[in-house]
Amino acid sequence: MGALREESAQRGIEDRIDAAWVWDRIAKAVIFIGGISAIVFVISIFIFVAKEGLGFALFDLDKSQFFGSPAWRPTSEPEPQFGALALMAGTASVTGFAMLIAVPFSLGSAIYISEFATGRKREYLKILVELLAAIPSVVWGFIGLTIMNPLIIQVFNVPVGLTILNAGVILGLMAAPIMTTIAEDALKAVPDGYREAAEAMGATRWQVIRWVVLPSAKKGLVAAILLGVGRGFGETMAVLMASGHAINLPTSPFDSVRALTATIASELGETARGSEHYKALFTLGILLFLVTFTINLLADILVRGRKGKKA
Amino acid sequence: MVEQSKALAPLEKVRVRNLTIRYGDTVALKDASFEVRENEVFGIIGPANSGKTSFLRAINRMDEMTSGMHVSGEVIFNGKDVSEWRNLYALRSRIGVVFPLPVGLPMSIYQNVAFAAKLRGVKKKANLDEVVERCLTRAALWDEVKDRLNSLGSLLSGGQQQRLTIARALSQEPELLLLDEFSIAVDPVTTMRIEDVLKELKSEMTIILVTNLVQQARRLADRTAFFLNGEVVEVGDTAELFKRNTKDQRTTDYLEGRFG
Amino acid sequence: MSVKQHQITSFEAQPLDLKNRRNERLVRFFLGWVTMLLILPVLLILGVLIYKGSPALSWAFFTEMPRDGMTAGGILPALIGTLWLVGVALTAAVPLGIAAAIYLSEYAPDNMLTRIINLAIINLAGVPSIVHALFGLGAFVIFLKPLTGGTCILAASLTLAIMTLPVVIVSTRESLQAVPRQFREACWSLGATRWQTIRKVVLPNSISGILTGVIIQVSMTVGETAPIMYTGAVTYVAFLPESFTDETMALSLHLYNLAFVMQDVPESLPFGVALALVGVVLTLNSASIAFRMHLRGKKKW
Repeated sequence: MGALREESAQRGIEDRIDAAWVWDRIAKAVIFIGGISAIVFVISIFIFVAKEGLGFALFDLDKSQFFGSPAWRPTSEPEPQFGALALMAGTASVTGFAMLIAVPFSLGSAIYISEFATGRKREYLKILVELLAAIPSVVWGFIGLTIMNPLIIQVFNVPVGLTILNAGVILGLMAAPIMTTIAEDALKAVPDGYREAAEAMGATRWQVIRWVVLPSAKKGLVAAILLGVGRGFGETMAVLMASGHAINLPTSPFDSVRALTATIASELGETARGSEHYKALFTLGILLFLVTFTINLLADILVRGRKGKKA
Repeated sequence: MVEQSKALAPLEKVRVRNLTIRYGDTVALKDASFEVRENEVFGIIGPANSGKTSFLRAINRMDEMTSGMHVSGEVIFNGKDVSEWRNLYALRSRIGVVFPLPVGLPMSIYQNVAFAAKLRGVKKKANLDEVVERCLTRAALWDEVKDRLNSLGSLLSGGQQQRLTIARALSQEPELLLLDEFSIAVDPVTTMRIEDVLKELKSEMTIILVTNLVQQARRLADRTAFFLNGEVVEVGDTAELFKRNTKDQRTTDYLEGRFG
Repeated sequence: MSVKQHQITSFEAQPLDLKNRRNERLVRFFLGWVTMLLILPVLLILGVLIYKGSPALSWAFFTEMPRDGMTAGGILPALIGTLWLVGVALTAAVPLGIAAAIYLSEYAPDNMLTRIINLAIINLAGVPSIVHALFGLGAFVIFLKPLTGGTCILAASLTLAIMTLPVVIVSTRESLQAVPRQFREACWSLGATRWQTIRKVVLPNSISGILTGVIIQVSMTVGETAPIMYTGAVTYVAFLPESFTDETMALSLHLYNLAFVMQDVPESLPFGVALALVGVVLTLNSASIAFRMHLRGKKKW
């Protein structure tokens, strides 16, 4: 005994700064930088997008035209027009239609998976939902273009199939799995004790869900819907490919529309850096950033509560 | 440093002065003051939530890693307040800890016991082998595991894991060994074996034994403190306490099993 | 009166009770079908993809350059390009994401900064991909031009890395937090520093969980199109990329071009690319899921 203690004494195990201590400090600093990187990136995203577009948006852009006119003619001579109303209507109509599908389906599936399905079945359903969420958006757009398009033309006997209906269904199918997963998490977070207490009083499963589980998971479910809306709002490739990409104030689900995101994606390649058109596209980017930021903030406040309560 | 500790009262290993521990608004230990002498087994008894574990955590400054835990007052270890140590990890490496539920780290038995030595920079296989065998032997576990040193430490039985934890604590060659209700998840036979080990270890280190078993304190402790609801009711010679020579009636009541 | 009493004390089904049971069966049936209706169309779509795309798939499809203005031939440069993009993006995102997760799991106190970090992560995941593209263009193509030389694999991969960072952070944080706290405390009490504890106990025991997250990230990176369109991926290059300062083709963008931008492409070609893309993504995700299940079976504690 004591060999180690002697060795330690020689190596200065007394209260002295050693290599391990120094490495601990270095690691802490590096890890802290990693920790705040997400904040740095979100801020830089805003700065870089604003850098190209904010000056134009604040001083040169005719705001009443931007929000009030459907005429998006960024290259017309001599006076280009930057009316984004039709684009906003396009985004809103497609997202709205998608939510008509995604909200009932995702909440229904979440309730089924979390409250009714058991064992194997539940596992398989969860895996399937997870796999659905993984299909890339460009593939969804391709499906809208090649499968949904002829299908809609045939079934509804309309001339064009690339419409709100098409993009809405595609977007709904895309958003539903993610919303299902978040909603299921919210349902799962309801303590089992609540369910057992209600069941002990003789309530049926559905009554338990209806009167106990859903009310206590309400905030999480609303957050799931909000995040679904955010995703639909920001979706780019699928909407670009399936919505028809026509500037239009829609009056029916069979109209083609153009979304904000799709406009940036399709036009950015044609613009010269620094031109008004280029800056106008970045202005759309600022708008998208601010709206999704607000949606995410709302969802976060809903889930975590206003004060910094623990997650 | 050595000079300093010699200059102190020779028997004093840990001195606690006005130690108060809070978790948020809850007070776990209130204004505690007592001392622990060198090479004694210092027992701490008392019902649950009396601040016993919190006290142990304050000695090796675990409060800094626990959110909400706040310590004020002094814990003087070897004549120096633990909060004054610049290198917290060097402080901890001199204090062994055994937890209520055995914690076999998710690595092999060998790695569990060699871990502390490796942290201190011991690299030679022969040295590590020696540490592992010596500590496992002292913890009365060597014979049971010597043929499967490479199997997972967390796969041992509860009693074996607790002895593994003790072997691991011994591998630090600690000056101070903190045991927190070590027998809670251990069978009576293993408990007796560990108690025998502790009796032997007393000559080499100071032991603070938190226990929920009054009789265990009686068997092992030289002196015993009685904690109740965050208050140190009484510190005294174990033999005297058990002769009911107590200063406080509550101690007698507790020892006679009237509560707790 | 006595009849009433009899009814109350007996265990026979009450009319109300029967109605409830019937309701419950109805709801269960209905919700089961809702779930099926969510999954079935997608399975059908996958069937069509396989049916129409598999004739295009052959060894040559994956190993040849495109021919005749991309209306024939293989997809080799897009495949290699995607590998480059994913590789560089991973190199950037994985260490950073793991560091961020370690901070959140091991160091972060319960304070405002931590809350803001969490909010930032959610936003990073929630910002539209086309806004990430604008950012990539502004930051890596224009602002850092001296470093990247303009549109190139590096610029596109960094954009992808930032976009997929939340995936690594969230999955890594989860697997780090699955390591019981008592292991950390045991380790600390042996005199290990925080970093030694992380490196020797926490990370080795969560590495497989981290890996499943990384696989998901790869799958996401493979499929993204918008962020690379204006940062480094191009419609056609006649040669394979040789360094990360080259421009490149990519599978996802290739599908977009074949299906949406170009005219007169034989139908089987985009279906083949779509099938290949979906195949890669679903294989990666299934691997990640299988890996996770396997892990659950052999926990060490």
